Amino acid sequence: MQIVCKNLTFAYGKRGVTAVKNLSLTIDEGEFFGIIGETGSGKSTFIQHLNGLVKPTTCDELTVGEFNLLDKKCDYKKLRSKIGMVFQYPEYQLFAETVFEDVAFGLKNFASLTKEETEKMVKEAIEVVGLDYEKIKNKSPFDLSGGQKRRVAIAGVLVTKPEVLILDEPASGLDPEGKEQLLSLLHSLHKSFVKTIIMVSHDMNTVVEHCTKVALFNKGEIYCSGRPSEVFFKLEGLEEIGLEQPLTGYLKKELELKGVNIESDLTVDDFVYNLVKKLKQGS
Amino acid sequence: MFYIPFTCEKFFWVLKYNKSIKRGSLLKIIEVKNLTYAYAKGKEVLKNLNIEIEKGEFVAIIGHNGSGKSTFAKLLNALFVPKEGEVLVGGLNTKDKNSVHEIRKKVGVVFQNPDNQLVASIVEDDVAFGPENIGAKREEIEERINFALDAVNMQEFRKRTPTKLSGGQKQRVAIAGVLAIKPEVLVLDESTAMLDPRGRREVIEIVKDLNKKGMTVILITHYMEEVVNADRVIVLSEGEKILEGTPKQIFAKKEELTRVGLSLPPATILADKLREKGVNIGEVLTPQELKEELCKLFVKI
Ligand SMILES: Nc1ncnc2c1ncn2[C@@H]1O[C@H](COP(=O)(O)OP(=O)(O)OP(=O)(O)O)[C@@H](O)[C@H]1O
Ligand SMILES: Nc1ncnc2c1ncn2[C@@H]1O[C@H](COP(=O)(O)OP(=O)(O)OP(=O)(O)O)[C@@H](O)[C@H]1O
Ligand SMILES: [Mg+2]
Ligand SMILES: [Mg+2]
Repeated sequence: MQIVCKNLTFAYGKRGVTAVKNLSLTIDEGEFFGIIGETGSGKSTFIQHLNGLVKPTTCDELTVGEFNLLDKKCDYKKLRSKIGMVFQYPEYQLFAETVFEDVAFGLKNFASLTKEETEKMVKEAIEVVGLDYEKIKNKSPFDLSGGQKRRVAIAGVLVTKPEVLILDEPASGLDPEGKEQLLSLLHSLHKSFVKTIIMVSHDMNTVVEHCTKVALFNKGEIYCSGRPSEVFFKLEGLEEIGLEQPLTGYLKKELELKGVNIESDLTVDDFVYNLVKKLKQGS
Repeated sequence: MFYIPFTCEKFFWVLKYNKSIKRGSLLKIIEVKNLTYAYAKGKEVLKNLNIEIEKGEFVAIIGHNGSGKSTFAKLLNALFVPKEGEVLVGGLNTKDKNSVHEIRKKVGVVFQNPDNQLVASIVEDDVAFGPENIGAKREEIEERINFALDAVNMQEFRKRTPTKLSGGQKQRVAIAGVLAIKPEVLVLDESTAMLDPRGRREVIEIVKDLNKKGMTVILITHYMEEVVNADRVIVLSEGEKILEGTPKQIFAKKEELTRVGLSLPPATILADKLREKGVNIGEVLTPQELKEELCKLFVKI
């Protein structure tokens, strides 16, 4: 499903903040699309348009695959069965009495499932996010640690096997191992039922490492977009718009000042490979 | 840009013991003795913890999800009381009901989710809530609000509604609310998690600055690169303290950290990868240190 957005503007209330301004963006099927930008730049507001949670104030086109979100007759229920959204704060998403019910909730729309099938799918989703199913299934989601809540929220979205996965700061609150697991999980899902991933993140290292494309938001507008290495490396003044170079971008820039030019797409392994190559050439 | 108004100096003169004289002194601001805690019978989430923190120290606490960090933070300001053992704050026992008010004045905790912390419907009222609660005078409250909002760069949002802010903006307000109490001990429970890189840098800078002026800081984080700023690191796993030492000592224990769900700072990881490829490179913790090492290599050739 391709996502096309043309000239989207959104204001919170009549005299409120214009959070998104005249924004146009196309996200092709198959991308692992990163969205970055300083605090308050409109990232969360924008992505909530994609499953109809927030409606544009004005917009020329907003389509997700065959769904036209500007059409009053748009079938949101069907749309939401294909788009999974993990919110910035997991608490916004958790509501049921037990972890099991919470994760199973999304399956309610699939009336044909037997009890056993539901249980199997819920178990799978809970285990895939690194939690112990037997230990956690009957707990209240509110009696969990921050990172455990985050994992349950992700499980609740994965359980329906959405085609498009939208995640707002999904790694925040996860311990380092959990974060690694989540990212490799996203890659393996991307190879199976998930066609497109959209990830909002403040972690520049994660974005260069995993995203195929990235859009940089600034004050509700798109400042630039492209492959991560292009966006990061070509751009001057990232710091002024709240961001920073990923570690590899920082090192590449610093070395360049010393007259050493390392060709790299800024992923860690590629950077290491090219740096070693350069060292060997030099000696 | 990070702006710390000069009034800030005045706020912290009361903290008599600054960092330079703290070493070797025995001023324990936090003493945790044989602490055990359980939410439900038989399921202990903190087990026989013994931790002492000196006045003016900067301590980082790391540990896997569910290792007990947030529970520990809540025991420090008497939101929870120990099932066994005790927690003393400046000599006051958190079990003593008459001390609770005094303890909350001393220990300010910024919790993991700002929504649980934001109480008022206007940002400035929210920030004023803490100082009002501890009985600060009117003029002083205004001064504290200004200091705290400046510190997190949220002055222009002071008339806004906290619930109608972006994720990172809410987090900044929550931090301001605690700074306004001027606590002796500042506990940050993953308080930089939703901030953009500049926001994170700024918060770490102000925390370092307040620490230099004498404030005790306890930083709970999953960002290994933030840990390098601490004097001491405490590693929790399954509710137990399993390691303790300087960042350098802790990050030399790669295997042990990996085994309990943790990791190394990104610069240290990259340096390790270079070493695996036969590059001769010194120990590094920060991007700057790694840059220096790389520059040395290229000067040689
Ligand atoms: N419910 C709301 N009512 C009014 N204004 C809002 C509301 N939510 C967000 N805003 C404002 O809209 C702008 C964009 O907010 P948004 O949450 O989209 O930012 P963001 O890029 O996701 O930021 P962050 O990185 O901090 O999560 C901000 O200036 C914010 O203050
Ligand atoms: N209110 C509660 N009721 C019952 N159990 C709880 C409650 N809060 C936390 N727990 C459990 O206590 C243990 C420790 O939780 P805590 O929140 O202290 O962990 P944490 O180290 O802060 O984790 P994280 O990194 O995920 O924030 C976890 O197993 C958690 O499930
Ligand atoms: Mg957001
Ligand atoms: Mg926690």
